[in-house]
Amino acid sequence: MTARGIARRPPRLSIESWWLGVAPLAFLAVFFVWPTTALIARGLGDAVGSSLPWSRMASAALTTLTLSTVGTVLTLAIGLPAAWALFRRHWMGARFATALATVPFVLPTIVVATAFRALTRGMHFADTKPGMLATIVAAFVFFNVAVVVRVVGPVWAQLDDRQFWAARTLGASSFRAAMNVQLPALTPAIVAAAATVWLFCSSSFGVVIVLGGGSVATIDTEIWLQANRFLDLGAAAFLGIAQILVVASTLLVASLLRGRLRGSGLSRGAAQAKRPSGPRGVFAIVAALSPAFVVFAVPLSALVWRSVRTRNGIGLDYYARLFDGHELAGVASSAASAAGRSLTIAVVTATVATTLALAVALVATRRRRGGWLHIGVLLPLGVSSVVVGLGSLLTLTRRLPGGFSLVDADLLVPAAHIVVALPLAATVIAPALRAVDPRLRAAAATLGASPTRVFALVEWPLIRRSVAMAAGIAAAVSLGEFGATTFLVRPGAPTLPTLIFHLLGRPGAENLGMAFAACVVLAVMTLAVAMVSDNPRAGRMMT
Amino acid sequence: MRTARMLVTTSFIVAVTALSACSASSPSRVSASPGVSASPGATARPTGTVTVLTHDSFAIPDATVKKFEQASGLTVKFVAAGDGGALVNQLVLTKDAPLADVVYGIDNTFASRVGDAGILLPYASPAPAASSKISAGLPATKGLTAIDFSDVCLNVDLTYFASHDLAAPKTLDDLLDPKYRDMVSVTNPATSSPGLAFLLETVAAKGDGWKDYWTALKANGLRVTSSWSDTYFVDFSAPNYGGDRPIVLSYASSPPSEVIDGKPTTAALLDTCFRQVEYAGILKGTDNVAGAQAVVDWMLSDDFQSEMPNSMYVYPVSDTASIPQEWLDYAPLSPKPWSMSPTEITTRRDDLVKEWTGLVLG
Repeated sequence: MTARGIARRPPRLSIESWWLGVAPLAFLAVFFVWPTTALIARGLGDAVGSSLPWSRMASAALTTLTLSTVGTVLTLAIGLPAAWALFRRHWMGARFATALATVPFVLPTIVVATAFRALTRGMHFADTKPGMLATIVAAFVFFNVAVVVRVVGPVWAQLDDRQFWAARTLGASSFRAAMNVQLPALTPAIVAAAATVWLFCSSSFGVVIVLGGGSVATIDTEIWLQANRFLDLGAAAFLGIAQILVVASTLLVASLLRGRLRGSGLSRGAAQAKRPSGPRGVFAIVAALSPAFVVFAVPLSALVWRSVRTRNGIGLDYYARLFDGHELAGVASSAASAAGRSLTIAVVTATVATTLALAVALVATRRRRGGWLHIGVLLPLGVSSVVVGLGSLLTLTRRLPGGFSLVDADLLVPAAHIVVALPLAATVIAPALRAVDPRLRAAAATLGASPTRVFALVEWPLIRRSVAMAAGIAAAVSLGEFGATTFLVRPGAPTLPTLIFHLLGRPGAENLGMAFAACVVLAVMTLAVAMVSDNPRAGRMMT
Repeated sequence: MRTARMLVTTSFIVAVTALSACSASSPSRVSASPGVSASPGATARPTGTVTVLTHDSFAIPDATVKKFEQASGLTVKFVAAGDGGALVNQLVLTKDAPLADVVYGIDNTFASRVGDAGILLPYASPAPAASSKISAGLPATKGLTAIDFSDVCLNVDLTYFASHDLAAPKTLDDLLDPKYRDMVSVTNPATSSPGLAFLLETVAAKGDGWKDYWTALKANGLRVTSSWSDTYFVDFSAPNYGGDRPIVLSYASSPPSEVIDGKPTTAALLDTCFRQVEYAGILKGTDNVAGAQAVVDWMLSDDFQSEMPNSMYVYPVSDTASIPQEWLDYAPLSPKPWSMSPTEITTRRDDLVKEWTGLVLG
């Protein structure tokens, strides 16, 4: 929007040209819109005149709503005290702890789900349905506490304390003052965080498929089940639409709520986080952080512990067995080559998604209707990755007349990963580019710099870090992507997450041990990528 | 603002979808690979790699595979694609880009779905086992070659019934007797192929009364698990496992594994069996037809066939394959297994599973 002032007609195909928008649009049209619409169209076609499993579908929808709601409430209950301790209290290590709190967020879903499997292994309760539901909710909390901390924390940190003290001075109790003065000011941030958490919970395929043991079905896993087990694409399509509606209505409710609540906020000032006073203050911090700490540390320790606890005592046997180069039964691939494949795909995904996201951001900041392009690019966020995978399988596997096939070129999986990663990359880059003062560009242009030079010399240095961050996020998403990949992976060419899932389904302690070891490796790979690309915090905060 | 726009766009997508629903129903094009399957008389020695898609329970000793690879010059890769139904559905979903050259492990409860989808090349193996006594008696399905078979039967824990001074049940009806309350564990037909076989068996045995049968079974304390290994390894009370259910769904070939000190501890109820046949087929679109045919022939060879009882607990179709002595002693086949024609299975399977799910799990 800010770019409107610069009315100079750009030369053809310059950095300002709308042509830049063609690549991302064409990409999404082929790899997202076509597969998704084709799947839904075919499903609706199949559904005509056949009976759909309405009760199963309804119960999957109900389970999704219930699990997501419980997950969100618990995440807030654990995340808000943590946010308070990390952002309202000043103590040594708070910054480090804040960085640490973000770690679970970038971990692949399959790793987190497997960590909880490692934790509950052997517990009889975990094999019952209530046990499975509880474990799933715990995994939701694990993932999303970071969202609450990162979204609510900074707002909380900036709350001006004076009105709170004014209320106290006027006789309000501490509790009343907090409820009547501080809470309303925080509510918009809490709503934003809750909506984001809710969305992540409701589209958490990997967690439910691994921890649900086939008897807990959410919309996402039911799509997978209907397609894979029953070949009922009609049901899959209806569930896909249901998923889109769930996402859309969540966004709508969140935006309505925020609209209503806006303006009730306190003035933001440079409030200082307080040092804890005395043992009671320290105790409060410990008490506020320990639930989050338990939720993070216990499953991850269980995962690492199980990965080194072998029949012969503590050792790296499972790691050695995993990476001794042998082909694992049933996948016709070694774990090392699966890891290599995952890394390659992550690099391709990061490169392409970041380039396309940059193009989107350029168009969005320079062309009058460019904002629409940005919104279009966000659409895949609203569609289950399972739908993207299944749709791609039905449409993109055909051989083109010239003999070219995406399957032979090994491009099917990277393409799906790019679809999933592009919205996130765009969300990171666009605000950074928008934040560049247009007067800088105008000044450079006035001094005779071509649009390309303006971009290279003025904007690029300012947005470089965001671009790196976007690339890191795209790579991390790709490394952990499971929902779409499970449909698209080819025989003999598993990615690390699909390999882990395969190992989890095979009998014997050794396979399970190798699955735990592979999860630790994947987690380390993901964290390394996230760290290299600077700070993962902007990652999945789309609201 | 942004949210509202996103909503508009989302509804646009849905609208487009609805519109294109009409045009998209044309049948998908079958891949334009060489339409003619290699002539049977081709003498060229097959080379290259043959990928075989299997169900998750596939297992064959490495030595057997190596021996074939050395003799044939082929490289064989086995890739597991899920349980029986999932295997077939993946074949159907990926017919534009076949996942492999050969598929093994399609059973008779799903055979017709593969035949209908037109995803297999016709092939009649010259191997003697393809026309063995047993093969001749099995229902033939387009493009599929029978490799092995087994009887899905209820198994009982003999030690439990002996120590509780209770006669073991014999028939399906016996299971409804209150004295067998809370004793039966079976698998979910939606997620497990023996479960599906057992459901089809009850339909074959009870006709329209199958729903009443299951309602009564459920009322008598039936447990349903999602996989055979849950029912057999976890629930079964047999001495080797120590679960809490003395009557479980398994195979006629299971008891030999439970022989302790030369004495059987379990037995299959031969009046409660459904015959399951597993087939192999060559996938349309393979670029190694000769290699694929050689692999199917190998699966019918006595080298491969004789390994099947020990590796996969199924009976070979070959008349000349060797069968372990303890199978002859403790794993007799059912003299009169229940069965259902492939056509009837095709037309009724999905509805039966859905009705069953509503009835028993709902």
